[in-house]
Amino acid sequence: MLILECPYCGVKAEETEFHAGGEAHIKRFGPGSSDADFEGYLFNRENPKGVHFERWRHANGCGKWFHVVRCTMTLEVFGSYSAQVSEPPQEIRDAITAKRPGWCWRDFA
Amino acid sequence: MSEPQSALTGTTCDGIAKIREVGLQGMITLRGDLSATEIASAIADATGCALPALREITHEGRNSVSWMSPDEVMVFVPYDEAEATAAKLESALTQVHALVVNVSDARAMFELEGPNAREVLGKLCPVDLSPDSFGQGIIRRTRLAQVPAAFWMTSDASFRVVCFRSVAQYVFDTLKIAAQPGSEVGLYTQANG
Repeated sequence: MLILECPYCGVKAEETEFHAGGEAHIKRFGPGSSDADFEGYLFNRENPKGVHFERWRHANGCGKWFHVVRCTMTLEVFGSYSAQVSEPPQEIRDAITAKRPGWCWRDFA
Repeated sequence: MSEPQSALTGTTCDGIAKIREVGLQGMITLRGDLSATEIASAIADATGCALPALREITHEGRNSVSWMSPDEVMVFVPYDEAEATAAKLESALTQVHALVVNVSDARAMFELEGPNAREVLGKLCPVDLSPDSFGQGIIRRTRLAQVPAAFWMTSDASFRVVCFRSVAQYVFDTLKIAAQPGSEVGLYTQANG
């Protein structure tokens, strides 16, 4: 069971109050992009054992989307942050580094 | 024109807590930038209530205003005043980007009363309802068994629960089961010592 904190309303609740929305920080390739880019955008996903970035929605609460970083192996949650950013803020990166030195996920480290 | 009816027309049930469908209740959704001064003054003019802070609910007489999300509040007024209040809010907010909708007939409201009211809700919602963490003035939107709901306390032993009208019967039945006689857990009374 994950305990997540919604960065918009500050509610700390278990995962059944939220809804998982898949991988975070996916760069969109739309019309005009190459077939390879579009395929990657549509199908290619990370499947790490360890640090992972996800989108979640506070479905049974304020309804807002946000980002969560967690460990897929231990279910430890490193933090949650606004959906209005294209990369994790420094304090989130620091929180992960404190627990998982040398972590990397796609282009982030 | 047909007479308005609340979802369960005031059905009640007695168990370890008293459950009552409150009946017709005016509810108005207001969305917009809550930091805009126009919104706070429109709410104060229409209801007398202060703009609630994060996860709070404010009351003034029979009116209440609750925080729902970073850009949404719910305005509670008596049912027959809802149309007029919505119109008043709308005309006060013509200069800012805002949405006002009278949703009175799309919601249902329940009252939960008695010393075990906290327990009844505690069985159904993933929320810490101990007196130390939950009291009057707070509104919580969460999951009630399998449906979304929101609740707040109107006294130390009574709650108001709001849900979508379409799930009113489900919420009533679920509350009724959670409140069936002899099902006290005593969690919060133990915590109080």
